[in-house]
Amino acid sequence: MVDLEYLKMSSWSKFWFNFVKFFKKLPLALLAFLKAIPKTLLKLCKKFLNIFVTIGHAAKAGDWKTRTSFVVMGFGQISRKQWLRGILYLFFEVLFICYMVFFGWKYLVQLKSLGDVAMIRVEIPEPPFIEYKFVDNSLLILLYSILTIFIMVSFLYVWYQNIKGNILSQELLEAKQTLPTAKDDVKSFADEQYHKTLLSIPVLGLTIFTILPIIFMIFIAFTNYDKAHMPPAQLFDWNGIENFKRLLGGGLSNDSKIFAYTFREVLLWTIIWAFFATFTNYILGMIVAIMINKKGIRFKKLWRTVLVMTIAIPQFVSLMMMSQFLSDQGMFNSLMQAWGWIDKPIPFLSNGTYAKITVIVVNIWIGIPFTMLMVTGILMNIPADLYESARIDGAGPAKSFMRITLPYMLHVTTPYLITQFIGNLNNFNVIFLLTGGEPLTLDMQYAGETDLLITWLYKLTVNQSEYGIASVIGIFTFIIVAVISLILYNHSKSVKNEEDFM
Amino acid sequence: MATKKYRSKKGMERLTNTIIYIILTVMSVVWLIPFVILIIQSFRGELGGATPYFFPKEWTLNNYVKLFTKTKFLTWYGNTLLVSVVVTVVQTLIVLATSYALSRLRFKMRKPLMNLVLILGMFPGFLSMTAVYFILKEIGLTQNLVGLMLVYSASSMMQYYICKGFFDTMPKSLDEAARIDGANRRTVFFKVILPLAKPIIIYTILTCFTAPWGEYMFSSFLMLGDPDKFTVAVGMKEWLLPTMRSEYFTVFCAAAVIVSIPITALFIWLQRYYVEGVTGGAVKG
Repeated sequence: MVDLEYLKMSSWSKFWFNFVKFFKKLPLALLAFLKAIPKTLLKLCKKFLNIFVTIGHAAKAGDWKTRTSFVVMGFGQISRKQWLRGILYLFFEVLFICYMVFFGWKYLVQLKSLGDVAMIRVEIPEPPFIEYKFVDNSLLILLYSILTIFIMVSFLYVWYQNIKGNILSQELLEAKQTLPTAKDDVKSFADEQYHKTLLSIPVLGLTIFTILPIIFMIFIAFTNYDKAHMPPAQLFDWNGIENFKRLLGGGLSNDSKIFAYTFREVLLWTIIWAFFATFTNYILGMIVAIMINKKGIRFKKLWRTVLVMTIAIPQFVSLMMMSQFLSDQGMFNSLMQAWGWIDKPIPFLSNGTYAKITVIVVNIWIGIPFTMLMVTGILMNIPADLYESARIDGAGPAKSFMRITLPYMLHVTTPYLITQFIGNLNNFNVIFLLTGGEPLTLDMQYAGETDLLITWLYKLTVNQSEYGIASVIGIFTFIIVAVISLILYNHSKSVKNEEDFM
Repeated sequence: MATKKYRSKKGMERLTNTIIYIILTVMSVVWLIPFVILIIQSFRGELGGATPYFFPKEWTLNNYVKLFTKTKFLTWYGNTLLVSVVVTVVQTLIVLATSYALSRLRFKMRKPLMNLVLILGMFPGFLSMTAVYFILKEIGLTQNLVGLMLVYSASSMMQYYICKGFFDTMPKSLDEAARIDGANRRTVFFKVILPLAKPIIIYTILTCFTAPWGEYMFSSFLMLGDPDKFTVAVGMKEWLLPTMRSEYFTVFCAAAVIVSIPITALFIWLQRYYVEGVTGGAVKG
C-alpha cells in the first residue's frame, strides 16, 4: 500500500487498518524482543567476564603491593601514598567483617528455614512463674538476610574497585606518571565525580526505603505470612507458589475460588476506572480550557482562579466532604427529600453501579482544574493560522477541535497521559476517602465494589494481615502497570527524543 | 447579502459566548458550592450529620471553640506542619540535586538509574509499607514523626521528572560558558543553574509542602493507635466514622476550613509558578 491510498481512506478504515497493522506487527515485535534478550545477556556476560579479566590481570601482573590488597584492602593505596583512599578502603573492609561476624551471618544461615523455634518457655522464680521468650523471628531473618546480601554485593563491588584502582596506580607509576593526591580526590567530588556527591544520599534513601522493602515483599509473596503465622509468636515458612495459586483460582478450595473471583472483578474495575478517570478528565479539562481561552471571553483570570482554588484545598478535605455530602443520610439527599424532589435517597455511594459512576464523576470534579491549568499553556502554542485556515475551509468548532486541537494535544502530552493513567491505576486517595471501597458484597473476599487493587491491598494488609496474598496482588499490579506503560511508551515519540530539547 | 452574513456571524459569536458564559458560571457554582457548604456548616449550631435545610437555624462559633479546646486538632495541626516543613526542605534539596545530576551531568549509570526509578515507580507504593514499618520498628521510629518524615523524604528522588524537564530546557551554553571561565560543576550548579531555576524551585516547594496535608495511606498505617501523633488527614477521618459523625461533623467542617485557609492563600499567591510547573512538566514528562 502506498501513502496515497492510505490518505484516501475514510477515517474508520484508517483506524481499522492501523488496528490490524498493530496486531500483525505484534508477533514480529515479540520476536524482536525475544531476539534482543540473548544479545543483552551476551553483553552482560562480557561485562562480567571483563571483571574477571581485570582481576586475573591484577593477580598476574601486580606487584606485592597490589597482591596484598587482595586480602588487605587499601594496602596498595596507602603504600603508594594515596592515604585517603587507602584508609577508606581499609575502614570499609573492617566494618564489613565486623558486620558479617557479629550480625549478618547468623541471619543468613537461617534464610532457608526462616527460623526453627518461635519462642521457648522459661520458668522464673516469681509469679507468674512462666514466661515466654522469643527466639527466632522469621520476619527479621528475612529482612536482615536481604540486607546482608545487599551489603555483600556492595562489598564485592568495592573490593573490585580497590583491585582495579591498585593495578591502575601501579601501571601509572611504572609509566612515570603522578598519582592523584588526596586533595585531588576531594576536589574531584565537586567536579568530575559531582554526580556521586549529589546522588549518594538520594540513592541511599531509595535503596533502604524503596528497593529493599520491595524485594522483601516479593519474597513475602512466596511465604505463608498471614494471620495464623504472625511473628514473633509464630514462625512463617516458604510455601512456593501457593499464594499465586490461591489468588488465580488454582487451589480447589472455596476460599481460592472467591479470591480468584474477587481478583478478576477488582482488576477489571481498576482498569475501567483508570481509563475513564484519565480520559474524562483529559477531554473535559481541555474543553474547559478552550472555553476560558476563547477570544472575546472576559474575566479569564477569575474563572481560572476559581478552579485553582479548588486545587489548593487539600484533596482529602474535598473528598471526605463529598463522601458526606452524597451519602444516604447526607446533605444532598436530605435537601432533595425535604424539598420533595425525590421520595427516597439516591444511593450515590451505597449501590455498586451508582457508586462507580459517582466516583468517576467526583474525580472529574477534582481533576478538571489540574488538566485545565496544564492545557492552558500548551493551547497557546498551537499556531493560530491553523485554526484560521480551517475556518476558511468551513470547519466548525467541533471539527477543528477533533482535527487540530486533540491531535496536537495528544502528540505533546502523551507522557502526561501515561503518568496519569498509571497514577489512576494506583489512585488510593479518591477511592479510599470517597467510598472506602464500599458498597460491600458477599461475593468478594475483603473487597467492596469500588475497591481498586491498591485499596484491596491496603485492606488485606491493615485489616486482615494477609501479607502473603497482598504481596502477590502487589506483584500483579506491577506487572499490569509495566505492560501497559511499555505499550504506551513505545507508541509515543516524545519520550524517546529526550535530548531533542537541548 | 454580505452584511447580512456578517451580522449573522456576529450573532453566532454572541450566542456562543453567552452559552460559554452560562457554562462557566454553572461550573464555578458547582465547583465552589461544596466549599461554601463546608464554610456554612462549620458555623452550624445544631448537632447531627446533615440537615434537611440549606442555611443553619442557629449560627455559632462553638464548633471552632470545641475544635481548639476539646479535641486534639491543634496537636495534629502542629504535627502536620512540622512534618511538611521538614519534608519540604529535604525533598526540595533531593529533587534539585537529582534533577541536576540526571539532566546536566553525563555518567555511566545515568540511563540505568533513570530506568530503575521508572520501574520502581510501577510498584504500588503501599506494597513496601509492611517492610518499611518493620525497618522503622527496628530503629524505634514507628508512631514517631521522624519516621513519617523519613518515609516521605526517602523516596523523593522518584519525583525528579518535572524538575529535570525544566533543567533540560535551559540552554547548555550557560554551563559551557561558566566552565570555560574555570568554574567546576558544583559552582555551575549553585551559581548558574539554581539562580535561574526559581520558578521550578517554588513549584517543588509548593507541591512538597502541600502533599503531607492530604496524605492518608502511609500516615494512617504508621501512626495506627496513637492519636497524639496523627496528622490532620488521619485524625479528621476518624470524626467521620459512623459512630462519631453526628457529633463531630460540624467540627470536621470547622477543621477543614482552618486547614484549607493557609494552603489556599499560599496557592493563590504562588499560582503563576504552579501553573508554569504543571505546564512544563506535562510536556516534558
